[in-house]
Amino acid sequence: MDCKEEIDLSAPGPSVIERYFTRWYKADVKGQACEDHCILQHSNRLCVLTLAETHPILQDGRTIKNINYKISNGCSRLNNKVAGKSKRGGQFLTEFAPVCRITCTDETEYTIYSCMRGRLLEVNEDILINTSLLLKKPSTDGYIAVILPKFEESKLVGENLLSREDFEAVVSKRANSPN
Amino acid sequence: MLPLKEKDKPVVQKLLSSGCCARCVLRFCCVLVQSLYRQPGEDESEEGTRTATEQSDDPPKKRMKLDDGLKGSEASAGSGDAEAPPAPALSHCVVCLGVLQEYCSRDHARKVAEAVKTEDYHFETILLSVSLPAQLCVREHSCWLHVKKEMREKVMTRVKDDIVPLKEAFKWSVQGLIATELGGVYLGDEPCSLQLFDFVSILWHYVCSCSDVFLLVHNVEIVSYCPPHGFRHYPTPPGRPTSICTSQAIQCLHTSIYVAGRYNKYSRSLSQTPWIIDGRRMMESSVEELIAEPLASSFRSKGFNFSSSGREDVDVRTLGKGRPFAMEMLNPHRYRFTKMEMKKIQETINTSSDKIAVRDLQIVTRECMGHMKEGEEEKTKSYTALVWTQKPIEKDDIIFLDDIKELTLDQKTPLRVLHRRALAVRQRVIHSMNASFRDPHHFYLRLKTQAGTYIKEFVHGDFGRTKPNLCQLLKMDTDILELDVEVGNCGTSYFQKGNPGKSTGSMTRIVQLGLDFSGDFPRLDVENVIFFFSFQKTRLKQYT
Repeated sequence: MDCKEEIDLSAPGPSVIERYFTRWYKADVKGQACEDHCILQHSNRLCVLTLAETHPILQDGRTIKNINYKISNGCSRLNNKVAGKSKRGGQFLTEFAPVCRITCTDETEYTIYSCMRGRLLEVNEDILINTSLLLKKPSTDGYIAVILPKFEESKLVGENLLSREDFEAVVSKRANSPN
Repeated sequence: MLPLKEKDKPVVQKLLSSGCCARCVLRFCCVLVQSLYRQPGEDESEEGTRTATEQSDDPPKKRMKLDDGLKGSEASAGSGDAEAPPAPALSHCVVCLGVLQEYCSRDHARKVAEAVKTEDYHFETILLSVSLPAQLCVREHSCWLHVKKEMREKVMTRVKDDIVPLKEAFKWSVQGLIATELGGVYLGDEPCSLQLFDFVSILWHYVCSCSDVFLLVHNVEIVSYCPPHGFRHYPTPPGRPTSICTSQAIQCLHTSIYVAGRYNKYSRSLSQTPWIIDGRRMMESSVEELIAEPLASSFRSKGFNFSSSGREDVDVRTLGKGRPFAMEMLNPHRYRFTKMEMKKIQETINTSSDKIAVRDLQIVTRECMGHMKEGEEEKTKSYTALVWTQKPIEKDDIIFLDDIKELTLDQKTPLRVLHRRALAVRQRVIHSMNASFRDPHHFYLRLKTQAGTYIKEFVHGDFGRTKPNLCQLLKMDTDILELDVEVGNCGTSYFQKGNPGKSTGSMTRIVQLGLDFSGDFPRLDVENVIFFFSFQKTRLKQYT
């Protein structure tokens, strides 16, 4: 392949996430220590909800016993159906809407929250079958959900969330005061 | 003598006395002989013979004043109608408001011809189309109601639809004159097609308070549905106008020319169409603009429509034979080009930029635009991707990829396009692959796939939403750094070198002359308009 423009292959370039996404963080969601979530916002405004690397589920070698998208008797995120280009029918989520409940083998239970306003497009059903995806690749294959913010609100997603630098500051503060 | 029969006499009488012009009378009498409309009207000074005493069935005399002939046939009805007052010579017709009077003169035809000549079009045929104010159809309806009784009594078969439409009569009157002025150009042979897309700006004037604007064709329908008693607010026959229609504009429009070819894209920062967000241009130029510029200046056309058989991303190069495209050049002033001239234009495009190249540039027919989109789903595409691997690899690690044939993928709509496409799972087949090692973290992957396969997502997995993907096959993270596409043969022979496509000799180049008439003249009362609309419960088409 003759490249008219030579590219520098000596160092790995930016990854898919780095090329297309902006990372936003919410720390200590609902007051629970260290339950940090990460929202990856694509340049086309779509958001992917994931666990931040610091989340307890990903620490201490935990394994997952169960992931439940049924958050109440009347509502299961698995029933979410969207149709058409405008994604009609998706469940609308607010910042503190629960998306799923994860139970680990050591009986600890965690609720994952939306952290943003928008329409739920899909939840990751692969992690129901293969929970190790969530543990091994929480930022890619182990994502939780895809959420589409309203067009007018798309630029406001990061308003109440932390940028990567701010989040790292929060994390290092935690490390320095282990109480 | 005009071919009017006994039974037409009462109709003619009534029309003339209410103030119709000669040609309108002929129309109401359903006279279809085109040449009669071309005879000079009352403002010409031809000598005519009064035929007061002749019978109505005699063959027509040539060079006769139209009005005199009518008055003659009316007078020969005898039976005490000598007192029927003839319409004053220069009065304006109550039905056509001058359209079939002043505007059928040689002078007007000359004006129209001048307008065409100044635009400097090359053309072979002309199609004349005219757009008229809406009220003319209301006036005509009113007149018809006026004479309906007489028409029905004498001739059972006469229906409103038999009346010669105003536009037809106008064209019959004027076509010959315009053709002579433009130098004997052959006229397009669609004499009876009403240009129903014509709109009239005057419509807004009348109906804006109803906040509804209607196409002229719907107005005609309204009027014909309206029962006679519904017309009570409007006089029958229509009142005498104080002013006549004025010609608003003479527009010329050449039919589009279609140019096709294949293009290669050598740049990784060129979009196919202009990329503009919020009025701001994000990228310097685009494929369609680079191709269109030299074409537009050679064809002297102001606009174009670009269409291609599929498209590629901004950062993907198009190599090989190139992607077929077709361009519709709008309103060209020049349309005939030899093969040499087309080659020259192709040269110009190729030398103007090193980002694209064009080949097989040729003039084609309109059907080609459709053909191009055909078979888009059936094509196979060849891609070359530069793949990065997270873990170091060796030559042998990727050999197994060559043996994978007909691999079916389930691709959920990629996140990068999900904002504008529906969420769905698409099955696509990778027919074959070929890997060539480059260094421990890079290799080239050639793929032959079904059309519509998302290659980038196959390589990096798109959050696991494309299964199977290359990361799973290689059991390590992979990413795509570069992608090139080669479009396969398109299955039609239209764009092969040396084949100029269907011959375009049979296609007539048409210049359309649109004459708009408008005018300040007796308005319809707004309430009348509302009244008519109330017959139509459903909202009619809006014109914006």
